[in-house]
Amino acid sequence: MPFALSPDRERKLQEILERYPTKMAATLPLLHLCQEQEGYVGDDVVAFVSQRLDLPTSHVKGVVTFYTLYNQHPVGKHQVWICRTLPCALRGAYDVIEHCEKRLGIHCGETTPDGKVTLRTAECLASCGTAPMMQVDKDYYENLTRERVDEILKELTES
Amino acid sequence: MLKRTDYLTRTYGKPEGWTLGTYERELDGYKVARRVLTTMTREQVVDEAKKANIRGRGGAGFPMGVKWSFMPKAVGLKPHYLCINADEGEPGTHKDRTLMEENPHACVEGCIIGCYGIGAHVAYIYVRDELHLSKARLEGAIKEAKLKGYLGKTPFGKDYPIEVYVHSGAGAYICGEETSMLNSIEGRRGEPRMKPPFPANAGAFGCPTTVNNLETIAAVPTAFGMGCEEFSKLSMLHSIGDGGVRLYGVNGNVKKGAVVELAIGPTLNELIYDIGGGVQGDRGVLCAIPGGSSTPILRPQEKVNAPDPKSALHPYDGKSVFDVPLGVETMRLCGTMLGTCCVTVIAEGTDPLWCFQNLMQFYRHESCGQCTPCREGSAWLLRITTKLLDGEASQAELDSLHDIANGIMGNTICAFGEGTAMPALAFLQKFRPELQQYVAGGRTRTQATLTVEPWR
Repeated sequence: MPFALSPDRERKLQEILERYPTKMAATLPLLHLCQEQEGYVGDDVVAFVSQRLDLPTSHVKGVVTFYTLYNQHPVGKHQVWICRTLPCALRGAYDVIEHCEKRLGIHCGETTPDGKVTLRTAECLASCGTAPMMQVDKDYYENLTRERVDEILKELTES
Repeated sequence: MLKRTDYLTRTYGKPEGWTLGTYERELDGYKVARRVLTTMTREQVVDEAKKANIRGRGGAGFPMGVKWSFMPKAVGLKPHYLCINADEGEPGTHKDRTLMEENPHACVEGCIIGCYGIGAHVAYIYVRDELHLSKARLEGAIKEAKLKGYLGKTPFGKDYPIEVYVHSGAGAYICGEETSMLNSIEGRRGEPRMKPPFPANAGAFGCPTTVNNLETIAAVPTAFGMGCEEFSKLSMLHSIGDGGVRLYGVNGNVKKGAVVELAIGPTLNELIYDIGGGVQGDRGVLCAIPGGSSTPILRPQEKVNAPDPKSALHPYDGKSVFDVPLGVETMRLCGTMLGTCCVTVIAEGTDPLWCFQNLMQFYRHESCGQCTPCREGSAWLLRITTKLLDGEASQAELDSLHDIANGIMGNTICAFGEGTAMPALAFLQKFRPELQQYVAGGRTRTQATLTVEPWR
């Protein structure tokens, strides 16, 4: 079945379209809406966006492949991003990564076999003063300690 | 000397500090915007803004008032736009996020004054997608302001429609570059554009556009509130055209990472010891990055050499660069850049090559790939530093790092190329003996330390 937005997201799209002088400008926000619904941006979503905004498919695909946050493949239920850039790395980000990999039994870039958690590294999440940190879905967890990471992961895997 | 202020940070940590009620109570919110819109002309706003000597807070340090004055005097067929850059993603930079989360109304009020000053009716605030809380707080603030009639068709009863929208990025550091951000707002890949034409002539949607950093625009209500000249005089570097107060951050190997508001002109030592509480484990400082990873590192043993009395650095001649006030001009004269004012401290005992390699990983990942020197150069810098760290690189490979970095400098469309090459060259220059130890397996990653304090 071809992709379609849910009614409330469809209303949100109308609001978004009013903000910009061109339809093309809604590309990024609309892709976010679709990903929120679908979990990732597949070819059906690309076709939908290009048709709704009167854009060539190649343009939309180009945008999707450019930005890190559009998932081009299905991902787990929860997204875990661990910042690995210098200020975090100086305060133990690589130990956090190793710890999470061990706990979840996967490497960065992979999803747990039960499909619950996708673990990834991130480039600087603007939380350098409270390093090390990780982002779980929409929330930031800062000043991480070993116990805190264990708590977070426990909650995720048991939810 | 540290001079703490709280013009922007008074609402920080207050219960419901991000709401309109708190903003109006604590900071006389929106009174300034009301006065500006109802009593001043557009020309007066720009003239006044110039007096504030607000140097862009996003990194390049361009004077804000001057930038506003580049906009066409009369609004022609094409509308004007204000675009606010809150795509904070430079490693070591964590100040804009606090503003959006704890004082979003200052950003919105700044946008109102900014829009009026440049003749725009629409402002887009470009926030990176990861910052969900920041976006929610900004959108909440916009909604509150709109309900009160501070935004919309007739803000403060004046027939001058102003709308502010939050535009979400999608995880590309390069979209913090102004033209790339404009492409991203237009719904394209975030690849930087050639300049000229500059955004003031052809920016968002091909129309005249001013791009300001979020902290820059948030400082505007404060400046106009007290009078822009008074605001500029708060700074210790007022005399060299660097005015006001700004947010300073400190992170890395310090005891306590923080973002504080200070009058411009604290030194690196003051930030590290008075704000950051000193280095972890009371170690010495190996080096510090003054304002985001693209600014070349400074080492405490470097001395200022400015015998010329005309030089802005002359009063500090012979002192350590860590005792020079942090300002746009002073840091430039020290051979680095002020950048975003968030200092990353690296403690003694940390391996400089590992830090170097870590940063190159960032640039390799974030290069947009449009220009060959940057795309290929950043990849080669990472490949060779990784090889070096594993003890597998030859002398010729170490030497070639200079050529690669120099090959990027000045050969790319945007400043990302310099942002990659400058820190690379600084590491090569300032830590050459340490890097040399790694050639042909003399030392490897297993003998090096990245975290002087183990993570617990």
